[in-house]
Amino acid sequence: MSGRSDKIVPLAVKIVVSGGLGVGKTTFIGAISEIEPLDTEAAITQVSVGVDSLVGVEAKTTTTVALDFGRITLDPTMTLYLFGTPGQDRFSFLWDDLVEGALGTVVLVDTRRIEDCFPAVDYFESQGAPFVLAVNRFDGADRFDVEEVREALGLSADVPVLECDARSRDSVRDVLGALMDRVIGVRATPRRRTAALTR
Amino acid sequence: MNGEQSRDVEPDEDATFVRPFIITGGRSEPLQADLRLETLVVAVGVPDPSLAFERRHIVAVCERPTTVAEVAHRVGVPLGVAKVLISDLVVAGQLACRQPAELPLPMLERIRDHVRAL
Ligand SMILES: Nc1nc2c(ncn2[C@@H]2O[C@H](COP(=O)(O)OP(=O)(O)O)[C@@H](O)[C@H]2O)c(=O)[nH]1
Ligand SMILES: [Mg+2]
Repeated sequence: MSGRSDKIVPLAVKIVVSGGLGVGKTTFIGAISEIEPLDTEAAITQVSVGVDSLVGVEAKTTTTVALDFGRITLDPTMTLYLFGTPGQDRFSFLWDDLVEGALGTVVLVDTRRIEDCFPAVDYFESQGAPFVLAVNRFDGADRFDVEEVREALGLSADVPVLECDARSRDSVRDVLGALMDRVIGVRATPRRRTAALTR
Repeated sequence: MNGEQSRDVEPDEDATFVRPFIITGGRSEPLQADLRLETLVVAVGVPDPSLAFERRHIVAVCERPTTVAEVAHRVGVPLGVAKVLISDLVVAGQLACRQPAELPLPMLERIRDHVRAL
C-alpha cells in the first residue's frame, strides 16, 4: 500500500496525558498544542462505541469524558500528538486503545486529591509503559515534596516525579522532555522490571 | 450488535449507538486492528466516484495526511466505525497509511531533542 510519491506522510507519534477529573489535562495539552485541543461530545461518543461497551455514556455531556487531542509539529517529517484521557477507573476501557503504540504517558496529579491518580498509575505501571508523574501545582494547595508524592503512591525510585504548571508552555515542555528521557532510559535498560522489584 | 465479543453491553435508548453498525454493515472488527488513533491516513490514486457518504467524506478529509482520531472527529463517526471504514478504503486502494514499527533509539533521541527545543 504505497501512496503517490507526491504525498509525504510524516511519522506520527503520540504521548498520552492522564489523571483525575479537573487535574489539568486539557490545560496541559492546550499549553503546547498548535491546535485547540479537541474536547467535544463527538469525541466521547466515538470512544464509547468502538469498544462494545456503553459504560460511561451517561456522563457524555461533561468534558471529563472527552478525548483531548493536541498536535505538535516536531519537524517536517515528524508530528507529535497528545491524547488526554480521563483517569477514572470506569474509563480504563479507553486506555488500551490510547496506550497502544504510545511513546509514554504523563500522569497528572493534584496533591489535594492525590488518590485520583491511583487507577492511572496502576494501569500504566502494570502495562510496563513508561510514564512520569507531573504534580500540578494548584493555588492554595499545600506544597508537597516530590519524594512525599512518590512515597504516597508507592512509586519505584526510577519513575520520575516532577512539579509542573499545566498553564505554562515551558513547564509542559519540560515534563514532555522528562518523559522522553524516561522513554529512552527504559529502552536502553531492559532490566528495569528486575530493578523495580529489588527496591 | 450482538456477538460473543461484546461484553457487558447495556441496553441504551440513544439512537446514535445503532447507526454506526449500519454504516459498517454490521462489522465491528476493523480489518486492520492495528490502526491507531494517531495513524496518519492519506488519499491516494483517483477517488472512486461511486463512494458514498462517509466513505467519500473520509477520502476527501484525507486529501492531506490526517490521523484516524481526526478523521473520526471531522466525519462525525465513532472511532471504531472510522477504523472499519478506513481499513476498507485502504484495502480498496483509496487510502494509504503509515504505521510506524517500534521506533529505534536514535529516533527517540531525535524526538526528545525536538521536544526540549520547543
Ligand atoms: N493553578 C493552576 N490551575 C490549573 C493548572 N492546570 C489547570 N488548572 C485549572 O484547573 C481547571 C481544570 O483544568 P482542566 O485542564 O480542564 O482539567 P481536566 O479535567 O484534567 O482536563 C481549569 O480551571 C484550569 O485553569 C495549574 O497547573 N495550576
Ligand atoms: Mg479536560
